[in-house]
Amino acid sequence: MSKIEVTPGMFSKVEVKPSLKTTITMAITGLVVLVAFGIFGKSGDVMFVWSDSRESLQLPHWIVNSMVLCTVVGVLLLAMATAAFFYRRLNKKSPAWLVIIFGLFAIMALLGWLATGASQGVQMVFILSNTLVFAIPLIFGGMAGIMSERAGVVNIAIEGQLLTGAFVSSVVGTMTHNLYLGMVTAMIASGILSMVLASLAIKYLVDQIIIGVLLNVLVIGITNFLHSVWLNNDSSHLNFPGTFDRIAIPLLSDIPVLGQVLFNNRITVYLMFLIVPTLWYVLFKTKLGLRARAVGEHPLAADTVGINVGRTRFWWVTLGGMIAGLGGAALTIGNVGSFGREMSGGQGFIALAVVILGRWQPIYVTLSALLFGFTIVLRVWANQVSPGVPFDIITMVPYLVTLVAVAGFAGRVRAPAADGQPYTKE
Amino acid sequence: MSKKKEIVALPESKVQSVLQEIMSGDPVRIALSILLGFFIGAIFMVVFNTQVVNAWSNFGADPGLAFSSVWWTIQDGYGALFNGSIFDTTSGNFLDGIRPLTETLRFAAPLIMAGLGVALTFRVGLFNIGATGQIMMGLAGATFVSTRLHMPMVIHMIVAVIAAVAAAAVWGMIVGILKARTGANEVIVTIMLNYVATALFTFFLRQPGLLLESNGGGTPKSDHPDSTAMLGSLFGSGFNLHYGVFLAVIAVAFYWWLMERSTFGFRFRMVGHNPSAARAAGIKVENTFVWALALSAGFAGLAAANQGLSLDGGLTTSIEAGIGFDAITVALLGGSRAGGVVMAGLLFGAFEAGSASMQVAGVSPEVLGVVKALIVLFIAAPPIIRAIYRLPKPKPKVLEPVKHSAKVSK
Amino acid sequence: MKLELRNITKSFGTLVANDNISLTLEPGEIHSLLGENGAGKSTLMNVLYGLLQPDSGEILIDGKQVNFASPGEAMAAGIGMVHQHFMLIPVFSVAENVVLGNEPTGKLGLLDLNAARKLVKEISDRFGFDIDPDAKVEDLPVGAQQRVEIIKSLARNAKALVLDEPTAVLTPQETDELMEIMRGLAKSGTSIIFITHKLREVQQVSDRITVIRQGKVVATPSPKASANELATLMVGREVDLETKRKPAKLGEESLVVKDLTVLDDRHQQMVDGVSFSIRNGEVLAIAGVQGNGQTELAEAIVGLRKIHSGSVVVAGNDVTRSTVREALESGLGYIPEDRKKDGLVGEFTIAENLMLDGSFTAPFAKGVQIDFAKRDEIANNLIEEFDIRTQSAETLAKQLSGGNQQKVVVARELGRELKVLVASQPTRGVDVGSIEFIHEQIIEARDSGKSVLIISTELDEVLALADRIAVMYRGKIVGIVDGKTSREKLGKMMAGIAA
Repeated sequence: MSKIEVTPGMFSKVEVKPSLKTTITMAITGLVVLVAFGIFGKSGDVMFVWSDSRESLQLPHWIVNSMVLCTVVGVLLLAMATAAFFYRRLNKKSPAWLVIIFGLFAIMALLGWLATGASQGVQMVFILSNTLVFAIPLIFGGMAGIMSERAGVVNIAIEGQLLTGAFVSSVVGTMTHNLYLGMVTAMIASGILSMVLASLAIKYLVDQIIIGVLLNVLVIGITNFLHSVWLNNDSSHLNFPGTFDRIAIPLLSDIPVLGQVLFNNRITVYLMFLIVPTLWYVLFKTKLGLRARAVGEHPLAADTVGINVGRTRFWWVTLGGMIAGLGGAALTIGNVGSFGREMSGGQGFIALAVVILGRWQPIYVTLSALLFGFTIVLRVWANQVSPGVPFDIITMVPYLVTLVAVAGFAGRVRAPAADGQPYTKE
Repeated sequence: MSKKKEIVALPESKVQSVLQEIMSGDPVRIALSILLGFFIGAIFMVVFNTQVVNAWSNFGADPGLAFSSVWWTIQDGYGALFNGSIFDTTSGNFLDGIRPLTETLRFAAPLIMAGLGVALTFRVGLFNIGATGQIMMGLAGATFVSTRLHMPMVIHMIVAVIAAVAAAAVWGMIVGILKARTGANEVIVTIMLNYVATALFTFFLRQPGLLLESNGGGTPKSDHPDSTAMLGSLFGSGFNLHYGVFLAVIAVAFYWWLMERSTFGFRFRMVGHNPSAARAAGIKVENTFVWALALSAGFAGLAAANQGLSLDGGLTTSIEAGIGFDAITVALLGGSRAGGVVMAGLLFGAFEAGSASMQVAGVSPEVLGVVKALIVLFIAAPPIIRAIYRLPKPKPKVLEPVKHSAKVSK
Repeated sequence: MKLELRNITKSFGTLVANDNISLTLEPGEIHSLLGENGAGKSTLMNVLYGLLQPDSGEILIDGKQVNFASPGEAMAAGIGMVHQHFMLIPVFSVAENVVLGNEPTGKLGLLDLNAARKLVKEISDRFGFDIDPDAKVEDLPVGAQQRVEIIKSLARNAKALVLDEPTAVLTPQETDELMEIMRGLAKSGTSIIFITHKLREVQQVSDRITVIRQGKVVATPSPKASANELATLMVGREVDLETKRKPAKLGEESLVVKDLTVLDDRHQQMVDGVSFSIRNGEVLAIAGVQGNGQTELAEAIVGLRKIHSGSVVVAGNDVTRSTVREALESGLGYIPEDRKKDGLVGEFTIAENLMLDGSFTAPFAKGVQIDFAKRDEIANNLIEEFDIRTQSAETLAKQLSGGNQQKVVVARELGRELKVLVASQPTRGVDVGSIEFIHEQIIEARDSGKSVLIISTELDEVLALADRIAVMYRGKIVGIVDGKTSREKLGKMMAGIAA
């Protein structure tokens, strides 16, 4: 018997150079830093404050002239852009480490430029730890997005799930004086909301996007109503839960800078450290994950090998929704300390963008969520150190970054093939 | 073998099939959905009313009061809604009595215009949530022309309306271009642009050189528009209804002609139902998206003109009044047809008109937000209504026995 | 394993797909199920496999009644199925696909991929398949994917294997190899149900034949029955398998394709330097196994795909860089291979579908408005001329049968002024009556002096229509030969061996 040739690809390939997009973006960024922040930048010193005042081991502050810093960084950035250009000449993509180092340097220039002359300087611990705190709802929302989209259900209702979690955790936390109970009930409430989404989408085949949008509208309607007629009447007994205590992990929290950022946090952050790797493990290393991904790629094929498509989707969407509920709790009892009208403010949608940017992989999604967390911190921090920059423009930053991310990455990454496709046999 | 999807960010929404379902829905089901929405709304009103709660905690002492308090709460709430939106039964004469109905029309006009915009994109198969941002940009355009330029009567108004439509259309076009060029999902893009537009309009309102009121301070607020640019009152004093309602009538007629009679509408619908067949039929699907979004935003711009050129006092972002968001539900509820959108707009307009009198009656009008969401949810998801009312599943469409049209089979 | 289906009935709405069908499969036999498109073969097998529940009737294994609520239960009972459209997950590896649903696991639910690899290797070796367990399925050629499907069933200890139209995607040589595999499996005790509408294959391999037509068993002919007998049973009347046509009256060249190269999004050359030309009054057919670049070729000619290099000239107009609309307006007609996806709008009426590519100009458009009166008049004429069986022009396209849907597409394209017709799989999934009618229409178009390009994976169709045949393999044209070339020679060409 003759053998069928098993070579990847039946057709000859044409060498096509990688897209110029990355290189051009890098070059423009480099030029902006060099010219706007460096040569025509602010003359004055900027102080980088590495350590938090509470730390026992204090790293010395670093004071540098802003124009000098930005000029030097600008030149470095342009050099990296040139390197990227040469990689492209060799028909290779720029390596990830180059892009990451580029990004870090660009951010350093931006921070330095913003904080020029500000007395408090660039407080690294403040910026990094708040980046993490602000990223938590996005990370949990992103995990919810991964879980449902990997199984083939588009979850536009993350926004509503975050809002549900925020509301329930705050109210239950206040009424029972038990924040842990608040957190658990937030997860349950959000899970129930997900069950509505899941059963309408899976069993009744209602369009997933429409149902998601409408559930958001419903949650906004209900929480607004309850906020105005109920919580506002007696907010100290209904909507004043406070936040979880910070838990410093012995030894680890003594590491300079990073110890304070990573290991002196609320339980919500530690849960993130637990959930993200667990989801990665389950998704890519276990039977459950293989089945969920099969259902999200080709539900009929999964069905023909005896996997119950509807049930798999139902539970992945529901469990994802519970994690989103945890994200909602992180907004209130993990950060602000009370519930505010429509306080999720589009973070559920940013979480969807984060999922795309992170290519449906828990680790990458977490990293991109951190990028967004940083833009949110920037909004708060830039206003303090650099009052000249218009507040409304800084407000736009997270949304603009989302737009760039979605526009730049959509079409270049591959979603689960059956994402959003209802499954029906007849 | 694996069909790679072109747009990978998120899948295309099957908006069309839902619209189909909504349209095929008999009036009975729509009525039941509205009824159920009101019923659940009533539960919310009752459960979170302190008087009712007190009456029930003393149930043993006075059970009658417990029950009557439930009844009175509902009657107060929905009665006020009726009095505030349809006919004021407390007023002495007919002219005052009918005033609430004109208020409903006034509130319905912008909802209908923005709703038509969203409906248009639904029928092209796009899920456009961007009416809010488009209205913001339209407001910016209308405010600039009406406060910074000075022209004769009528002309000023027309120029201001055109500016609103144009500014909104450009904003809508951005979505189309992003979608066409990069395949970015329009749901996320439009939501993000809503936030950006709101911040941008606020920014404009803060700049003395742009829209900030003369002698203005830190609050982002514009001057009062020139009276030459205003949409005049229709029935004179005592009635707030203005010429914006005519804009809505024109918009509805144009929408109907566009979608049902013109070749543009034919191609829009073709792209909405089956983009790949449209492509094979020589239609540039991406360009269609861009034009459809621009046109759609134009309708939102009309709504913006209606808002910006009709109210007393300077403009702030709050003048958008959630119209962009309600437009989505109006379009869904109306099945994206001209007539349906008018009906849905009137219903939601009535809710807006009745809000004030509900407030006066001591019932939070926020409950209407819940009612609105529930009604549309029930209509978009027929299984819920079927399950609750135990309606039979619709029978599968029976194919008529095939008649031989002309030739007899060989 | 002895498998019996007794009095199976299954209907969808008013359509009775299976009407009281009975069938017996003895251990180690190859039982062919023959029927034309839409006869109810796939429905019956989906019932057997637990994907559909029968309205009535029963299934027996070794005399015991069984009831499959899901494919999982059917599989556990020893029934395996190789579907017409492979049930493989493209982004998974072979090993992952084989064990999916039946995964070996270690601690903490960890997948044991080594065990999976060993299983694939073992079965591969047993039957002489050469399959790399770690290859991604989407990178494998179709023939290899089919073997993965067979391995998948064998890995679950299938005692009865259903092969649903397995040869549709294979070259004649690969088909012969599959027949050999089937005989080997039967010898080792596996029973096989072989579903097909190809008479030659039935004659070649069957121990027993059941013919079904319009949901009913119509006969169980002997395996030695002639092709004509089988065809008559399958269609229910005498079928003339030959299309009669006059010798071609050749005119000028109106479709000239030169050095055409088309890339897919992974930069593969799906069409690789293809050149040919067609003269007026001539049919050129592109033959070849599915997935060798024919679809991309057709789409590139019409303008649906970007052309990397080379040129396309339609009636003297260079349309290489043209939009689809410009190509259509230069006199090109296009029948796409997937009518549901590219040819029709299911939610539109027949009348609307007949003006799908005519909305820009008269007669359908009057300025920017639709000329409704004209549209309905044209629609009614085309419905009559092309024998579209419908109550009215207002019927929705999705409510028509496959054959009538295809006639709508054909009517639309042939109903306007054309110089060149590009027809991709013009009769796929269509009943025999409609096939005959559409073939007549295509020959009529040729005789009226149009250039016709047919792209078909059905050798029967190619031989019935073509004046010349070009065979495509891995993006290249292996050779262009006369329309009367023998099947054997075409088969070799389809496997890439130049004439």
